[in-house]
Amino acid sequence: MQQLYSFVRKEFYHVFRDSKTLLMLFGLPIAQILLFGFALTNEIKNANIVVCDYANDNVSNELITQIAHSNNFTLAKIIHTQTEIEAAFEEGDIKLVLVFPNNFAQDLYHQGEAAVQIIADASDPNTATTLTAYAQNIIRDYQQQIQRSAPQVLSIIPQVRMLYNPELKGATNFVPGLIALVMLLICVLMTSVSIVREKEMGTMEILLVSPTNPLVVIIAKALPYFFLSLLNLTIVLLMSVWLLGISINGSLLLLYFVSSIFILCALSLGLLISNIAASQQAAMLISLMGMLLPTVMFSGFMFPIENMPVPLQIVSNIVPSKWFYIIVKDIMIKGTGFAAIWKEVLILSFMTLFLLAVSFKKFKIRLS
Amino acid sequence: MSPKETVISVQHLTKKFGDFFAVYNISFEVYKGEIFGFLGANGAGKTTAIRMLCGLSVPTSGVAQVAGFDVYKDTEKIKANIGYMSQKFSLYEDLTVLENIRFFGGIYGLSGKKLQAQTTNLLEKLALAPHKNKLVASLPLGWKQKLAFSIAIIHEPVIVFLDEPTGGVDPITRRQFWDLIYEAADRGITVFVTTHYMDEAEYCHRVSMMVDGKIAALDTPAHLKNQYKVASMDDVFYQLARAAQRTE
Repeated sequence: MQQLYSFVRKEFYHVFRDSKTLLMLFGLPIAQILLFGFALTNEIKNANIVVCDYANDNVSNELITQIAHSNNFTLAKIIHTQTEIEAAFEEGDIKLVLVFPNNFAQDLYHQGEAAVQIIADASDPNTATTLTAYAQNIIRDYQQQIQRSAPQVLSIIPQVRMLYNPELKGATNFVPGLIALVMLLICVLMTSVSIVREKEMGTMEILLVSPTNPLVVIIAKALPYFFLSLLNLTIVLLMSVWLLGISINGSLLLLYFVSSIFILCALSLGLLISNIAASQQAAMLISLMGMLLPTVMFSGFMFPIENMPVPLQIVSNIVPSKWFYIIVKDIMIKGTGFAAIWKEVLILSFMTLFLLAVSFKKFKIRLS
Repeated sequence: MSPKETVISVQHLTKKFGDFFAVYNISFEVYKGEIFGFLGANGAGKTTAIRMLCGLSVPTSGVAQVAGFDVYKDTEKIKANIGYMSQKFSLYEDLTVLENIRFFGGIYGLSGKKLQAQTTNLLEKLALAPHKNKLVASLPLGWKQKLAFSIAIIHEPVIVFLDEPTGGVDPITRRQFWDLIYEAADRGITVFVTTHYMDEAEYCHRVSMMVDGKIAALDTPAHLKNQYKVASMDDVFYQLARAAQRTE
């Protein structure tokens, strides 16, 4: 116990003495929240829009004018046939197509309702949802305008169609993905670097010659980063709630519980890397390439997994952050309880146990 | 050193890496309170031998006891009874003097009053008390090495292994460092030291010379100089090392 205590205290000294480590530890999540939350804002200005106007009557014309005058859209062109819609999307810079059917004004005034179709390019789901929401707002505003001067009830019904990615998977908030990213970065990178540094400095030799149990070395290395990661999680959550106005719908306790499992998983990955890497630079490189890249690619955080070729979808299953991302998303955004996510938690737990076992076994007790 | 108590006993110890005999069939004994010099050119097998004795590396064959414990079975007990300081500098540079002492004291199992007493004692002896809150990185190399040595014996081990402890240090500082070594030996701590400096070899009670993984000579410095009919240990070393087959 005495050994462990001395050791853990020493590790904290290392962390707090190294301004670069500190900056990475706390600056990074904050910077990312700010970056994702504000710089990469999802407000979209002047998106190109195409209108397919079969109706060509006064109502459709008025609506088109309103849309063209909005800050969010730029009217690229007005077309009149179905085939041109596909072509417009394929050209690329068209994000949204509005379709006014034949007899639009007639339907509206005689039957009290008319449908307008909104087709979005949902391969970028975030943009697609945002733009359809803008379009719906404009249509709703217009409907209220004309309602004032009309005796009967008028309603324009927007029918939204998402092209290319109808279920809009991956369109949810970035915060769960960010949590996975930050946890991995801190845990894997910091643990592996701090162990490799001892190897480089020659202090690892002293530790191995001392009566310290290697298990104590491992635990002492892991403990500080475990707590710092939980602290980091708290910072990210607080910032998300206060700064970005995201609400956490599920149980916080469950969220922290699952995060602890994920942190353990990341710590054992860091331990594994420290066994392979000979220098701090190598450890850093392996952590970044080997951990961050798969997380960004395969967790479903940036790119929807459903859109990937099948082999890549299969590969994504071995990335722990994918499961963690699903769990956090479910807890935070859908507000689901343990019953709904136990399968994912189980998978993550098994991965963690496996990695822990391998890394303990691999941790070299003897230098030879 | 009249009643000779053996603290390291090595018989036919061999370490093989693949086809290569890093250490081949070495045998020797080291006695309590002795300063035992372990000399040899680079690549002669010194470090491999030390690692086996410290329990860091398993011998391929042979028998060895360190502080009465077997190097195959009782490595944990050996570790509790030895101190170690390596050629690479072995303190934490980003920790203060005091923090280093407390950390290493802690991992060697000292705590509470005992650790406190040893800490005060050590700071006083090295005249480091006014600098105890300075980062080790800011200390001159000579001080660091003295501190590293004192920390390596903070738990009063039976044997302390020093693997080229004085690399890159000027002669005066080296002299002071050896004063510390003598003092430790006087207290009964056995010192097992490897070095490149032949003036340091003269300070040892007995020296062994390793050439190509074998022990080529083992005696007191005076006897060795007599035997090879030369004036200094430098010449003894030169005569022996010249016969070496291995290069680095």
